[in-house]
Amino acid sequence: MEATQVEQKYSFDVVRWFSIAAVVYLVVGTLVGVYVASELAWPWLNMDSPYLSFGRLRPLHTNAVIFAFGGCALMATAYYSVQRTCGVRLFSDALGWFTFWGWNVIIVLAVITLPLGFTSGKEYAELEWPVDILIAVVWLSFSFNFIMTVAKRKTSHIYVSNWFFMGMMVMITYLHVVNSLAIPVTLFKSYSIFSGVQDAMIQWWWGHNAVGFYLTAGFLGIMYYFVPKQAGRPVFSYRLSVLHFWALMFGYVWLGAHHLQYTALPDWTGSLGAAVSLAMIIPSWGGAINGMMTLSGAWDKLRDDYILRFLIMSLAFYAMSTFEGPVMSSKTVNALSHYTDWTVGHVHSGALGWVVMVAAGALYHLVQKLWNTEMYSAKLVNLHFWMATIGAVVYITAMWVSGIMQGLMWRDYDEFGTLTYTFAESVAAMHPYYAMRAIGGMIFWAGAVVMLYNVVMTVRKAPATSTVRAAAARA
Amino acid sequence: MADQIHSTKLQDKAERNVFLMFVMLLVLLSVGGLVEIVPLFFLKDTMEHNQHPEVMWDRKPGQTLADWKAGDGVRPYTALELAGRDIYRREGCYTCHSQMIRPFRDEKERYGHYSLASESMYDHPFQWGSKRTGPDLARVGGKYSDAWHERHLRAPRSVVPESVMPNYPWLEENKLDGAFVASMMRGMKTIGVPYEESDIAGAAAAVEGKTEMQAVIAFLQVLGTMVKFDENTNYRE
Ligand code: HEM
Ligand code: HEM
Repeated sequence: MEATQVEQKYSFDVVRWFSIAAVVYLVVGTLVGVYVASELAWPWLNMDSPYLSFGRLRPLHTNAVIFAFGGCALMATAYYSVQRTCGVRLFSDALGWFTFWGWNVIIVLAVITLPLGFTSGKEYAELEWPVDILIAVVWLSFSFNFIMTVAKRKTSHIYVSNWFFMGMMVMITYLHVVNSLAIPVTLFKSYSIFSGVQDAMIQWWWGHNAVGFYLTAGFLGIMYYFVPKQAGRPVFSYRLSVLHFWALMFGYVWLGAHHLQYTALPDWTGSLGAAVSLAMIIPSWGGAINGMMTLSGAWDKLRDDYILRFLIMSLAFYAMSTFEGPVMSSKTVNALSHYTDWTVGHVHSGALGWVVMVAAGALYHLVQKLWNTEMYSAKLVNLHFWMATIGAVVYITAMWVSGIMQGLMWRDYDEFGTLTYTFAESVAAMHPYYAMRAIGGMIFWAGAVVMLYNVVMTVRKAPATSTVRAAAARA
Repeated sequence: MADQIHSTKLQDKAERNVFLMFVMLLVLLSVGGLVEIVPLFFLKDTMEHNQHPEVMWDRKPGQTLADWKAGDGVRPYTALELAGRDIYRREGCYTCHSQMIRPFRDEKERYGHYSLASESMYDHPFQWGSKRTGPDLARVGGKYSDAWHERHLRAPRSVVPESVMPNYPWLEENKLDGAFVASMMRGMKTIGVPYEESDIAGAAAAVEGKTEMQAVIAFLQVLGTMVKFDENTNYRE
């Protein structure tokens, strides 16, 4: 099809804006990450300011990378791939724009309220109740727009990437609504209606599935569209995708309890969570294998297709962190790893290695398609690839070492049967690794800046006219 | 495709009908949560005070929160402690400190008796945490003096040189708002925390003139002191 025809047939403008926003938020979110990482290494950076203190900035980091970057990446790719795989225009352009502006308003509110200390006090769900309501409204409009687009498709069957996106939409709605139930006291303060052990279980049911559905199922949806497209090959196995899809959907929901092992949560719940977690390696690897095998036979392309490199590396990290996760769920390992930096290392092998890499690959692909051009500089894509890989590896390695060391120091006894180390000694021992993590993070962040530059230059040089291009040209 | 399409009938139907797939997802995705969460509200074993009633404070009519003594059992936070807890949450202390001691020998020696579910039954939201950048605080109450906490919160490295904790100088500058604390308690009462009207009525007076620093310290000093543990009792099977 001619570019202009494609342009008329599909609503791409909203996808363009979401794509640019995703890249911008990647830079912002990881910058905050670098800052909080540096605060742990050099605490004077807290500057005696409430607005910069670690406890308020860390939620800003997690919300910025998960909801601002992750959300925009998901909405860009979901809106794009649903139109391409269904052969129809978005159900409603107006709803599309509503989700774009709505989501960005939420992000702005997060940037304002979190440093001010308005927080519900629940991880990854820190935003207070008025913002929560807005999130629910925007998320439901996004889901509705997506599902109605699928409903009016031209193809007979629904393509596999859309299954994953739909699974994410349903589950995130459940999680967000239940976990955010709270009684408002003022406009910016509320109390969770649940308390103690029930609140903990509900929080980690949310917490793990924010990971499992938002950062995993959603990003698997991205993988299932963009890996075959970029490799120019069909998905390796349809049957495998059916099996691992339903297994993943059913299984992931149970995992939350593994965040609460040996706590005051009843043992049956924690053990159930751990057992299902172990089993989850199978559906997780089902996805990883399906992605990698799709690329097999296209290995020669890796030599000059740098975008493909991001995708294959993301699958390697995905396989790695979904192997590590079940290991950490087992009670013996969790007894050591829980509360330590090992968890943080695991988080970022998933986040930096899988989530950001697969999204970056998809976004590069998208930018070329949407502006009907090649990337401004392929060399810079390659540079970004290496910076992201090295940054992630430095970060993760530092956290593995510090995490395991922490765990071992805390439980170490000397020959007299007394604890060998004070807590403060373990904090001092972490310093070199915190510094190393901050440096790894800086490399990763600089890679994201390279990406932003490359994308902006691509858009400015692109022949097609669009609102984003017009805005970029003015800038 | 590397292999043939061999759908089951149901899978084929679901792939042709988005609403069927949607409903299948609605059902499937609700199972795990229902099985793991709902029983926690009903199973008696979940909360230790069902087997060990002495864990709870038995408040007699006419008693005020001030009549409670350490070890008398779990009770709702006083106005000052609750205000402190809100500041703990505002500052994101939970991002570095856990409040959940696990039943291991080293944790017992470092922090004290393992935590009970009943101990956080009035904690809306729970603050168990997931990361120990700093030590666990579930039983920090009574471990240090108020003066130590004051110095520590103002400038942690002046008392613990290795610490990476931020300074919180603004806590001593900010005064509490009594009416606001009363409305917080009323909110808590709506969701089931057993405050009495007299507790709420007295809130403003109880926090009159106090700083945020004093509130946080009051909260820290009560943590883990409510229950008196008997070494020979197994509270959790
Ligand atoms: C330059 C890159 C990044 C750096 C330097 C960085 C740094 C950090 C730091 C220092 C923490 C706090 C750890 C602690 O409390 O000990 C953190 C937490 C976290 N970050 Fe990042 N981060 C980066 C990128 C990302 C990305 C891209 C994501 C997600 C897509 C992410 C997701 C998270 C999450 C979920 C947590 C909370 C972990 C937990 O609760 O255990 N981060 N990050
Ligand atoms: C089958 C796959 C996985 C399993 C079984 C698993 C298991 C675990 C376990 C056991 C923990 C530590 C809980 C604790 O001790 O506190 C954890 C933490 C975490 N994982 Fe995974 N993981 C998996 C995949 C992933 C992936 C792919 C990502 C990222 C995209 C991820 C992100 C996280 C995050 C953000 C946390 C930190 C939660 C917190 O404490 O704040 N996980 N996971």
